[in-house]
Amino acid sequence: MGELQILTVIFGVALAALVVAALNIWLERRLLALWQDRYGPNRVGPFGLLQVLADMIKIITKEDWVPPFADRPVFVAAPGIVVVTVLTAYAVIPFAPGIEVVRLDTGVLFFLAMSSLGVYSVVLAGWASDSKYALIGGLRAVAQMLGYEVYMGLSVMGVVMLAGSFNLREIVEAQRGLWFCFPQVLGLVIFVIAGVAEMHRLPFDLPEAESELVAGYHSEYSAMKFGMFFLGEYLGITLISAMITTLFFGGWLGPWLPPLLWFALKTFLIIVFFILLRASLPRPRYDQLMAWGWKLVLPLALVNILVTGGILLSWR
Amino acid sequence: MWSHVRTIALVFLHMFRKRETVLYPEVRPDIPPRWRGRIILSRDPDGGERCVACYLCAAACPVSCITLQAAEDGQGRRYPAFFRINFSRCIFCGFCEEACPTYAIQLTPDFEMGEYDRQNLVYEKEDLLISGPGKHPGYNFYRVAGLAVGGKGKGEAEGEAPPVDVKSLLP
Repeated sequence: MGELQILTVIFGVALAALVVAALNIWLERRLLALWQDRYGPNRVGPFGLLQVLADMIKIITKEDWVPPFADRPVFVAAPGIVVVTVLTAYAVIPFAPGIEVVRLDTGVLFFLAMSSLGVYSVVLAGWASDSKYALIGGLRAVAQMLGYEVYMGLSVMGVVMLAGSFNLREIVEAQRGLWFCFPQVLGLVIFVIAGVAEMHRLPFDLPEAESELVAGYHSEYSAMKFGMFFLGEYLGITLISAMITTLFFGGWLGPWLPPLLWFALKTFLIIVFFILLRASLPRPRYDQLMAWGWKLVLPLALVNILVTGGILLSWR
Repeated sequence: MWSHVRTIALVFLHMFRKRETVLYPEVRPDIPPRWRGRIILSRDPDGGERCVACYLCAAACPVSCITLQAAEDGQGRRYPAFFRINFSRCIFCGFCEEACPTYAIQLTPDFEMGEYDRQNLVYEKEDLLISGPGKHPGYNFYRVAGLAVGGKGKGEAEGEAPPVDVKSLLP
């Protein structure tokens, strides 16, 4: 690949990720409204699409206020971390043959590492805010995200064993015969649950549970600093959906349509499923979430690895 | 676990239901005639002002948004010299309408009173007065009241017996 082509891909991926994240906000509001028998934003532009633009103009021009009691440098840095880590994780995703930023042999590990680093954003935000709600939110985020990170990593191992590689491109190629969502059903379910918890999306939004913690770790944030957390969350949903597509639903593989379109379509459907989860499920209690994770999901993930490994060993 | 799956399925099926939202500026909401909206002052069937400036509405108003000043014309009819309602205070409770003895003050099914300037929410008498009788078409207070006003003496009101000459009853 030439220099220009590489740059095009890098900026294309970053731009696409940001645009999709912005459109996710619109999509989420419209779909939630649809499932709640409402309309959602439908006034600004066609189908309310420009609502996102209007909201962006509003949030950028808002007063950017840092509370006097906050730890200023950390407070300012925290929102950036989540956007940077999530955007960096996009680098390893193979969108289509030839369209990926880097071809890492440790792609899966890189993704897991980057989503783990995202925890710092939430923790530092909660700590630097110097407010009780933010601190409790940050504490919950540590326990939840680090805990579910473990199961997330373990649930992918079945896929890695089947494909025999950490390289995401090779994982996709290995699914030519059969998508891994069939032999790895358990892994898929665990990965989806852990992914929702990892991106602290509803129903697992305990770090920012507004019914108990005001807004959790971003209680004290305003204007574009809050907007960065928001952006990070929607980038995260897209990232997790893209990862599920890559790991379990055969990435760009599919008949007739061009590969990039297949990838976008699958990712879109998984995003819609995440929004459906938000529309239908209540938030569990904090202790329930932790007990679930350590007592049910972790053993299941280990059993999944054991069974997959056993079958692979006896088969070959 | 099963109940969660069932919940997700049921929420998904809501996709095919009718939406509850009324798209307001295009679709007008169906407002009942007794809706408590913008306050008006009505007139007699003859065209005279119904308000007799008794101050009962101002006294009944829980937020004191009604101000008026009584006056009397040459024929003995009372009327408000000015009548002012501050709609930025009004809570549209309808107590003024209940208190009014002459059906003069009435609430209407109009709610589109948005203003950019708060001062424009203060309505004067000429803003409040309408040309018709409102919800009580046949009613004319001075025609049924026993009060003597210009052109109508004692005992000449509708359904009223002429006053008894007390002295004629003496033996």
